[in-house]
Formats: sequence, structure tokens, C-alpha cells
Amino acid sequence: MRLQFTVNSRLCEADDVWEGESLLFVLRERLGLWGAKNACEQGECGSCSVVLDGVLVCACLVGAGQAAGREIVTVEGLSDDDGLDPVQEAFLEAGAVQCGFCTPGLVVATHELLRRHPSPTDAEVREALAGNLCRCTGYEQILDAVRLAASAGPARRAE
Amino acid sequence: MDFFVPRSWADALAAKAEHPAAVPLAGGTDVMVELNFDRLRPDALLDLSRVEELQDWGHDNGALRVGAGVSYTRVIDELGKLVPALAMASRTVGSPQIRNRGTVGGNLGSASPAGDAHPPLLATGASVEVASVRGSRVVPVEEFFTGPKRHVLEPDELIYAFVVRPAAGPQQFSKVGTRNAMVIAVASFALALDPEKRSVGTGIGSAAPTPLRAKPAEEFLEGELASGALWDAPRPLPERLVAHFSELVASAASPIDDVRGTAAYRRRALAVMARRALGWAWSEYQRS
Ligand SMILES: Cc1cc2nc3c(=O)[nH]c(=O)nc-3n(C[C@H](O)[C@H](O)[C@H](O)COP(=O)(O)OP(=O)(O)OC[C@H]3O[C@@H](n4cnc5c(N)ncnc54)[C@H](O)[C@@H]3O)c2cc1C
Ligand code: FES
Ligand code: FES
Repeated sequence: MRLQFTVNSRLCEADDVWEGESLLFVLRERLGLWGAKNACEQGECGSCSVVLDGVLVCACLVGAGQAAGREIVTVEGLSDDDGLDPVQEAFLEAGAVQCGFCTPGLVVATHELLRRHPSPTDAEVREALAGNLCRCTGYEQILDAVRLAASAGPARRAE
Repeated sequence: MDFFVPRSWADALAAKAEHPAAVPLAGGTDVMVELNFDRLRPDALLDLSRVEELQDWGHDNGALRVGAGVSYTRVIDELGKLVPALAMASRTVGSPQIRNRGTVGGNLGSASPAGDAHPPLLATGASVEVASVRGSRVVPVEEFFTGPKRHVLEPDELIYAFVVRPAAGPQQFSKVGTRNAMVIAVASFALALDPEKRSVGTGIGSAAPTPLRAKPAEEFLEGELASGALWDAPRPLPERLVAHFSELVASAASPIDDVRGTAAYRRRALAVMARRALGWAWSEYQRS
């Protein structure tokens, strides 16, 4: 299949996509966007989290053909030439990054949470990030990072 | 492999009739795992995510009809008051990412004994509307499952919606697992009290080859509530009544030992969940 997507506000095309392929495979292997990570391919870890038409999803569980013509935002779409997104800054500041494998997924999930709830309670944060596993930090610094990002004001980007 | 993308319900049915072996793809949270792990290599996929009719819900002659493609997140956000037990169950499914994509239609399609939508649908007496180019039929949920991961759909049929009476009284759902997020039920239980019809509905998950009702428990409780005139004057329920109800729920199951738990543990868990669910639902009724 040949498919078109809008990824991080850019129109992209992928050729020879296998019909059973996931959006994650297309992003990483065909479009060279390695931000979304491939760890479990079964929806358990959240390291492949992206935003599809405004909704947080595991890219490994979206059929490539299902994403065709739709808008996708990956972690690469959060920063620009002016610098990092406030959520990314907060993760660095709070020491919420160790090996970094879970970070893109957590940044995207946090960004999406703060877009909907600019000042979430701790319970809301835990619930919103329950689908993102981290094997390094023990999560406390991640919670600190989310609090920090929330206190720094609403994330710059709407999507 | 083919990838069919019908834009309307009529096109979806036509595609399924022409390619009965095509595997429907809704949220993909079950199907994509199978594809990613090389466990499924169908001739074709039938993407239902662009079929508008499946994303709708609405009222129809007093009943609520919810399209097969409505996600758990939308059940929670939009239908919490109409189908409280299903909304409670939806909150326990996977993670936000899974609830955003996963659908009730997909849960029915997978027909796992552990599917979390099933006990609430059973307890509330819901039906599944299925259709093909030959026509449509309405299957009560308790007749929908024929075995582990098996259901009554013919090869050319698709699930259109589930149909249920909006809640007339308290409903509860409870699930036992190893942690709070991302857990397949070790056992689960749903209860619906209907003060208008004076009826009691139950649903058991993960404790038999298929999800099932605990009919003896329902009949017992209906009898006790009627003979004690408890619907009209809701006093606290006698402990022996609650205990017997929970025993009847546990004995309706036929659990097995597996990696998630033993049969004995599942029975015990069911009795505890039934007792608590009845306690919570009845105090809500007393307050109402
Ligand atoms: C990480 C993770 C956690 C999970 N946690 C839970 C949980 O807590 N509780 C739970 O119950 N489930 C859980 N699941 C399983 C899954 O999310 C649910 O079964 C979900 O309801 C499937 O819906 P879907 O739309 O994604 O289905 P899909 O994967 O698209 O389809 C599932 C099945 O239904 C068929 N199908 C879909 N739509 C139709 C239709 N309209 N007509 C006919 N057949 C159809 C498909 O062909 C397939 O066989 C989890 C899955 C993952 C990956
Ligand atoms: S790789 Fe998608 S959830 Fe783990
Ligand atoms: S920082 Fe290593 S997995 Fe989270």
C-alpha cells in the first residue's frame, strides 16, 4: 500500500507498506522518526505513545492503514528550533530521565494530559501515566517532572 | 494481504459478504498484537474504524443503542449515567492508550472469558445486534458466547451495536487482578438492581469457559427482596441473605487453575466481590 499521513504538521508518504503493518513500524522504519520506541509491540509499555487525531494511542496497536490521512504528533513534533517543549525541560530539570527509553512516550503522554488538564492532581497524573512503564527511575522523579511542567504553565502547543 | 476500508456500514457488510475470511479491525488492541507477534496472518483485514455508523450511540424506543466502535473512553465520558456498571468496567481496562482505542464491539468480537465489558452487559440484560447483507438479528448477550474466544457470528456477519435498557437503579462492577492498571481479570463480577422491574442481574467474568450469569443467585435475591417487601421499604439486608447470595454467585462459576489464579481462589474472590457489590448497590438504593 502507499499511504499518506500528516506527521508533526508535515505531509508524509510511505510506499510498499505491508497491510498488517503498525503505525509504529511506519514511523520508525519508513519515515525515520525514531522518537517513538519499540519495546513490547503489545500495548503494555507505552514507549510508542503518539497522538493520533488528538487522541493518545500506542502506535504499535494502530494499523498503518487506519492512520492514513490522519494527523499524527510524535515526540519529535513537540520541540522546534526555538528549543524544547516545557514538558521536556521539566523532565530534564527533575532528573526524570535515566536510560531514556521510556522518556519519549512519557513526554507525549504528559503533554497530552496537560493539554486536557493543565493542573492535574497526583491521582490524575498516576492514572494518566498508568500505561507508560519505566524500569529505571522508580517514577518519583517523573511525577516531579509532571508537577514542574504543570506549574510552568500550559504546554505551548495545542496538539 | 488485502486491506479493505469501507466508509459506510452497507459497504462494510458487502465487503464481509464478499470476503468472509477478512478479519475485522476496530481499535486493533487485540488484532494488532496478534499481527505483531506473527500469530495471525489473515488474507485480508477489514478496517471498521472509518464506518461512521459504528461510532454513534443513541436512544431507540426507550432503549440505548451503542455502536460497536464506541471506545471505552467514550463509554466512561459519555455513558456513565446510562450504563454505570459498563462505565466502571471500562475504567479498569488497560491504560488510557488502550481505552482510547479499544471498543466494546472488539471486546465482544474477541469473546475472551476475561473481557471486562461482558459481566456488565450480562447483568444489565443487554443484547448484541449483528448483521450481514442477509439481514440483522438481535442476540441476547448470554447467548452470544459459545466457548472461550468463540461466539455466534456467522462468517459474513459483523457486530453493529449493543442494545440495553438505561440503568433504572444501582449497578456495580468489581474485578480482581494483580495490580490496578493494565490487568486482565483473575475474576470479575457485575451486579445490576432494577427497582422498576424489580429484577436483579448478575455477570461473572474469568471464572468459566464463557462469561455467564449467576441465575440462581438472581432468582434467590429477587425472591427475598419481594417477600420481604424490601424494594418499597429498603432496610439493611440481613447478613444471612447477603452470604447466601454470594455463595450462589460463587457456585454458578466453573473456574479453572491457570497462570493468573487457582479455581479455589477465583471462587473465593467471586463470593467476596458479590457480597461487596450487593452491599454497595443496596446502600445506594437505600439512599436514593
Ligand atoms: C495492553 C492491553 C491491555 C488490555 N487490557 C484489557 C482489560 O483490562 N480488559 C479487557 O477486557 N480487555 C483488555 N485488553 C484487550 C482489548 O483491549 C479488548 O478486548 C478490546 O475491547 C478490543 O477492542 P478493539 O476495538 O481494540 O478490538 P480489535 O482488536 O480491533 O478486534 C478484536 C476482535 O473483535 C473483532 N471485531 C472487532 N469489531 C468487530 C465488529 N464490529 N464485528 C465483528 N467483529 C469485530 C476483530 O476481528 C477481533 O477478532 C487489553 C489489550 C491490551 C493490548
Ligand atoms: S511498544 Fe507499543 S506499547 Fe510497548
Ligand atoms: S528512564 Fe530507563 S526506562 Fe525509564
